[in-house]
Amino acid sequence: MNSIEQKVNQIKEDLDFFEDELSKYEYIIDLGKKLEEFNESDKIPENIVHGCTSQVWLTHEIKDGKMYFHGTSDAIIVKGLVYMILKIFSDSTIEELKEIDMDIVHELKLSEIITPNRQSGVIGMMKKIKEYALNA
Amino acid sequence: MFKKDFPYFQNSKIVYLDNGATTQKPKSVIDSQVEYYETYCANTHRSNFGHANKATQEFEKTRVLLKNFINASKNEEIIFTKGVTESINFIASSFAKDFKTVIISSLEHHSNIVPWHMQGRTLGAGLEVVNCNENLDFNMEHFEELLKANPNAFVSITHISNAFGTIHDIKTITKLAHEYGAVVMCDGAQSLGHLKIDVKELDVDFFAISGHKTFAPTGVGAIYIKEKYLKDVKPYQTGGATIHEVDFSGSTLLDSPYKFEAGTQNIAGVIGLAKAIEYINHIKYETIHSFENNVFKYLNEELSKLPNIIFYNDITNSIGSRSFNFEGIIHDDIGILLDKMNIALRVGHHCAQPIMKKLGIKGTIRVSVAFYNDFVDVDKLIEALKKALKMLKD
Repeated sequence: MNSIEQKVNQIKEDLDFFEDELSKYEYIIDLGKKLEEFNESDKIPENIVHGCTSQVWLTHEIKDGKMYFHGTSDAIIVKGLVYMILKIFSDSTIEELKEIDMDIVHELKLSEIITPNRQSGVIGMMKKIKEYALNA
Repeated sequence: MFKKDFPYFQNSKIVYLDNGATTQKPKSVIDSQVEYYETYCANTHRSNFGHANKATQEFEKTRVLLKNFINASKNEEIIFTKGVTESINFIASSFAKDFKTVIISSLEHHSNIVPWHMQGRTLGAGLEVVNCNENLDFNMEHFEELLKANPNAFVSITHISNAFGTIHDIKTITKLAHEYGAVVMCDGAQSLGHLKIDVKELDVDFFAISGHKTFAPTGVGAIYIKEKYLKDVKPYQTGGATIHEVDFSGSTLLDSPYKFEAGTQNIAGVIGLAKAIEYINHIKYETIHSFENNVFKYLNEELSKLPNIIFYNDITNSIGSRSFNFEGIIHDDIGILLDKMNIALRVGHHCAQPIMKKLGIKGTIRVSVAFYNDFVDVDKLIEALKKALKMLKD
C-alpha cells in the first residue's frame, strides 16, 4: 500500500466514524477551517479547478522531488473537501501523483456524502493535481 | 390537504420545495401511465385494431382538453412536444429564424437564449434584450424602444421567471408588440401550474407548455400555434405519421397538427397530461391560487426574519419561486446541508446565468412552492435554514 492509499484509508476511517450525516458535515466544515491562508494573488484563472460548482483554486510547489499543494474555495463545505484532498496528495512524489487513480473518490465513499456535481468537483481537484504532476 | 392526492408525499419524508424544477404527480396521472402500458399499449395514428384506436382516442382527447384548457380556437393549434425546450427550439428553427431581430427579456431561461445564439444572433446583432428594473420587473418603456428600432421583430418572452418568480404582463407585452408588427411567443414553463392561461385573452401567437411542471409526466409538453401561423411554420422534424403521400420523387405532408408530430410520440406522457389537466379542472385554479398565495406570503414573511438574508425582488409581482442568498454564504453550502435535512430545493444559477451575472451573483437559493405545500413545509424549511446557518457560521 503506497502512502496515498494509506492517507485515503485514514480519511475514510475518520469519515466512517460518523453515523449521522450532519455530524459528518460538521466535521468536514471543521476540516475546512484548518486550511492554511490562501494567497489572494493566487486566485487567478490558471489555478481554478474545473468541474466544481463552487470556485476552487489549487496551487503547488515542489521540494526535494515531492509536491505540496495549497488550495481554497469560496464555499465552506468545499473547503473541507479541499483540505481532505490536500491531506491525501500533498507530500507525495511526482511519480506517485502521475498515477493518481480517480477511483479514490469511490473509495472514500464521497458519493454518499456529496452530490454528483460535488463529486465531479473532487475529481476536478484530482485532475488538476495530476496535471500539475505531469507538467512538473 | 392536497398531498393525499400525490403518492410521492406518502412515500417520502422530503419537504419538497423544488416545484420550479418539476412538480409532483397526482395518483390519477401515475395510474394513467400504468393503465396505458398494462392494458392498451399500442401506437397511435397508425394501426386500426382496438387498443391502437383506444390509444389514439386517448391521445387526441388530450389535445381537445388542452385546447379548451388554454382557450385555443382549434385542435390543430395544439402540437405536442417533449416540453418547453423543444417547443421553443421548434419555433426558433422552423419559424423565427428568418426574422431580422429577436427580442427577449433579461429573465429568460437558457432555453430561450441559447437557441437564438445557435442562429448566430448575439446581443445587438439579431438579438435584443429588454432591461428589467431594480425589482426585476419588465421595463415596458425599453421594450417599446426596442420594438420601434426593430419593427416586425420576433418577441420571445417568459411568462414567469423560473429563477425569481417575476410575472411578465404578457397581455400588455403582446398588445404593444403587435402594434409594431412583431410576432410573440410566450414561454409558459412556469405559468400553467400556477395561472389560468387564456391564449385568446393574452393574444399570443405561440405559447410553450411544460407538462412536467404542471403535474403531468416528464417528457411531454406542447406548443400552441395561433391558426394564422400554422401554414408558415415548417415541420421541425419529418418522418412517420407526418405525411400524406411519399414516393422517391417527393412527399406531401399532412395538415397540422400531424405534420408537426413526427415519429412515435410520448403517448403515455400525453395521456398523463390529460389527467393532470383534469386534476386541475377538478380542484380549480381559484383553489390553487388561494392555497399557494397563503403559503407564498407566509414563506416570504418567515424568510424575511432570518438574519442577513438578501432578496432580489419583492413578492408584489411574483409567484411560485422565492430566490435569495445569505450574506457571506455560498448558496451551494446551504443546498448541501438542507438536502441532509430532507429539504428539497434548488441552489445555483437556475439556467439563468445572464440575470445572475447582471446581479453580480453566481446563483441563489430558490424555494419554489406549489399549491400542495403548506405552512408546515415552510416551518421545516426555516428550521433547517437556521440549523444550516448556525453550522456554517460557527
